[in-house]
Amino acid sequence: MATNILMPALSPTMTDGKLARWLVKVGDSVRSGDVIAEIETDKATMEVEAVDEGQVAQLLVDEGAEGVAVNAVIAVLADDGEDVGDVETPEAAKSSSDSTEDAAPAPAAKQDHGDVKATPLAKRIADQSGVSLSGVSGSGPGGKIMKADVLGASGNTEMSAVAVDKGDRVFASPLARRLAAENDLPIEKVPGTGPNGRIIKADIERVLKEGLPAEAKAEEKADAPKTAPPSGSTDDYELIPHTSMRKTIARRLTESKQQVPHFYLTVDCEIDELLRVRKEINARAPEGVKVSVNDFVIKAIAAALRRVPDANSSWTEEGIRRFNMVDVSVAVAIPGGLITPVVRDADTKGLAAISADMQDLAKRARDGKLKPDEYSGGTISVSNLGMFGIKQFDAVINPPQGAILAVGAGEQRPVVKDGRLAIATVMSCTISCDHRVVDGALGAELLQAFKNVIEFPAAMLL
Amino acid sequence: MADAEFDLIVIGGGPGGYVAAIRAAQLGMKTALVEREHLGGICLNWGCIPTKALLRSSEVWHLMQNLSDFGMSADNIKFDIGAVVSRSRGVAKQLSGGIGHLLKKNKVTVFNGAGKLDGAGKVVVDGDKSITAKNVIVATGARARSLPGLEADGDRVWTYREAMVPKVMPKSLLVVGSGAIGVEFASFYNDLGADVTVVEIMDRVLPVEDAEISAMARKSFEKQGMRILTEAKVAELELSQSGVKATVETKDGVETIEAEYVIMAVGIIGNTEDVGLDTTKVEVDRGHIKTNEWNETAEPGVYAIGDVTGPPWLAHKASHEGVICVEKIAGIEGLHPMDKSKIPGCTYARPQVASVGMTEAAAKDAGHEIRVGKFPFMGNGKAIALGDPEGMVKTVFDAKTGELLGAHMIGAEVTELIQGYVVAQTLETTEAELMHTVFPHPTLSEMMHESVLDAYGRAIHF
Repeated sequence: MATNILMPALSPTMTDGKLARWLVKVGDSVRSGDVIAEIETDKATMEVEAVDEGQVAQLLVDEGAEGVAVNAVIAVLADDGEDVGDVETPEAAKSSSDSTEDAAPAPAAKQDHGDVKATPLAKRIADQSGVSLSGVSGSGPGGKIMKADVLGASGNTEMSAVAVDKGDRVFASPLARRLAAENDLPIEKVPGTGPNGRIIKADIERVLKEGLPAEAKAEEKADAPKTAPPSGSTDDYELIPHTSMRKTIARRLTESKQQVPHFYLTVDCEIDELLRVRKEINARAPEGVKVSVNDFVIKAIAAALRRVPDANSSWTEEGIRRFNMVDVSVAVAIPGGLITPVVRDADTKGLAAISADMQDLAKRARDGKLKPDEYSGGTISVSNLGMFGIKQFDAVINPPQGAILAVGAGEQRPVVKDGRLAIATVMSCTISCDHRVVDGALGAELLQAFKNVIEFPAAMLL
Repeated sequence: MADAEFDLIVIGGGPGGYVAAIRAAQLGMKTALVEREHLGGICLNWGCIPTKALLRSSEVWHLMQNLSDFGMSADNIKFDIGAVVSRSRGVAKQLSGGIGHLLKKNKVTVFNGAGKLDGAGKVVVDGDKSITAKNVIVATGARARSLPGLEADGDRVWTYREAMVPKVMPKSLLVVGSGAIGVEFASFYNDLGADVTVVEIMDRVLPVEDAEISAMARKSFEKQGMRILTEAKVAELELSQSGVKATVETKDGVETIEAEYVIMAVGIIGNTEDVGLDTTKVEVDRGHIKTNEWNETAEPGVYAIGDVTGPPWLAHKASHEGVICVEKIAGIEGLHPMDKSKIPGCTYARPQVASVGMTEAAAKDAGHEIRVGKFPFMGNGKAIALGDPEGMVKTVFDAKTGELLGAHMIGAEVTELIQGYVVAQTLETTEAELMHTVFPHPTLSEMMHESVLDAYGRAIHF
């Protein structure tokens, strides 16, 4: 009597895994407790032990096979004395081994394609064939992933006949999809009011205005049992599901580092004068107004951009967009990530106005109450880690902007003045520039203008 | 009395009323329709349909005049205006009979007579028979607007009604107003050989259309021998022995125009009298019933749809409003009010004009950054083969989102083409989907593709 060896579940939530290595071959005798194979999941590699005695009659899954379903038959043991050649391949094992290459069970294959541009058909095929859309390059309009791209990536040439789960599909108009993508809105969370719940332009506009419905409600709507993210925590680590902010940060910054040719320029700015002026201003300011060094930085970079307008630009395929306004995005750390609220027209605003803007924006950013138009559309970014004592760092450009200013801590350093050693409060600032828009000399000119303003704050009055 | 109690009563059997009644019956409502004259309303009996029959005749006549262009000849060709008119009447009669059958099939009770509200929920037919319903839809339509001192007399000064059934072919004709109605009659009579003068108070013909389309239409009409006076106003009409003497004030001075007949086509006014609106709280403003976006009047349970509620005065607008109004009454979920920006308009002159959505100027006024595509009939194989190389397809896109904001066409058969863009708008396609749509060759519709491509600098054939 032959014994089937099944694909074990290494964790309660595991649905499939990779058979990394066989440690036995056909004909080997095994005893209970012998390690016969290594199984790999996305979380761990574990050994499979034999529970029965016998002789290995068949190995039904190739080494390296991925997506082997839990409880699929992976090997057959012949009882002692039984001829291994006589053992029949179990029916279930046949289909299971046939399908290991391309058809993971549907629930496991369910993916969150929220931020990926793909046709509904492409998404469906990806779900069915276990292809991750993030690794597929799209050949459709605007890089949209089409059916053919997914089939190509999965090595499949025709659609598998797996029953379609309609719940997977996001029904949305092309215009709604584009508006959602432009506004970094997870379209699958937007309640649709078109025919049969199709998401239309009006729905996106409503959400942009009023915000997404409560998270819980969205989850409930999204067919919870199937779409619950894999809670893949083990003893070794906790798997934290991606929030949409995390996904946006990951996507945009990866895109930036991969596509934007960054270069970096650093300058040391002496800010003793600035600190003196700041003290004076704050001493005379009306109650409630307290201008920070960062407010000066925002004002100074805005003034510098006004002086070097060519640097106030952004790359597009059609041409370089040179902005007429100077809007400064300021990175604000918030629970779970960061966000960049925008101080509009910072070049024309006074320090008090900038300070008031920042206090309001930062507070609402931390409360999660910013409106989309308040954190999109700046022409340059400022990231300040000075408060952590960071001396100097290089920031990643926030696309589609052309530059970002990374501001370090103001600290007392020895400097040489008129051939003598002196002490000055120095703040190192590094600008990262998009070389497609801002060339080296232009970036240097901008940083020089910034230095001039920040070191002689009276220049801000000009 | 059971046969006098209904779920819904519709007053008026035009394209708004009869469609609303049929939809209501489909939804299981016991429905009555009250019609004072003939089913199908103005559209079918005295508007859209019979004029299309007339214009078909003038088109055939035009072709016969130009047979040599197609390698043909014929002698002694003539037309009989009486026969042309009787064909048109026959077409209207056939269709009106059809509406009766449709209503019967759907078990809508038809009352022949003038319906008059007697308070909400009660309608008196011809002053003697009372019927009741919880909901009443007023769909009484509209009639030609008359200007003080320039009233139509039905003899020499016509409205559309007389213009549709001429007893003799006019030698000369003055058309006052160059909206769709005026221009269609001008085109019909001009093609049949009348001397036609069009007087328009605005600065261009077909004033609701895109300015560029208006200019092309005017050029074409003038080439065909029409005389067009814009920014001109008929101050006085004086009957004479042989016709009418019109005093026309133009920007260059006062001019006297003599014509055998005059057609007044200066807009229409709602049929709000004799409907018993004064027994309800329904409000009337400048000849039209006031409604909200769901066609509800100020009186609960009384609704109004179609021409009686104001522009655009289009049969398809009335029908669509009727359906939405009834579905709303029936409590169907997920309804949207009618989006009046997506109602196509068609003018069946020679050349035809068709459009949907925003004109270029309107899009700019609304603050859109736009992309405009244009493609001339001259560049289209089918147009050349048809012998109709004059015309243009123009598209207006939002440059940021790719939304199709509007489409404007002039030339042969464009009234049949526009629907492609209307579907595109309703489905919220962007330029990408339109570019990826395969248009059959050789068709006039290829110009719709090319126009989209042109908006993005990618037109192939021009």
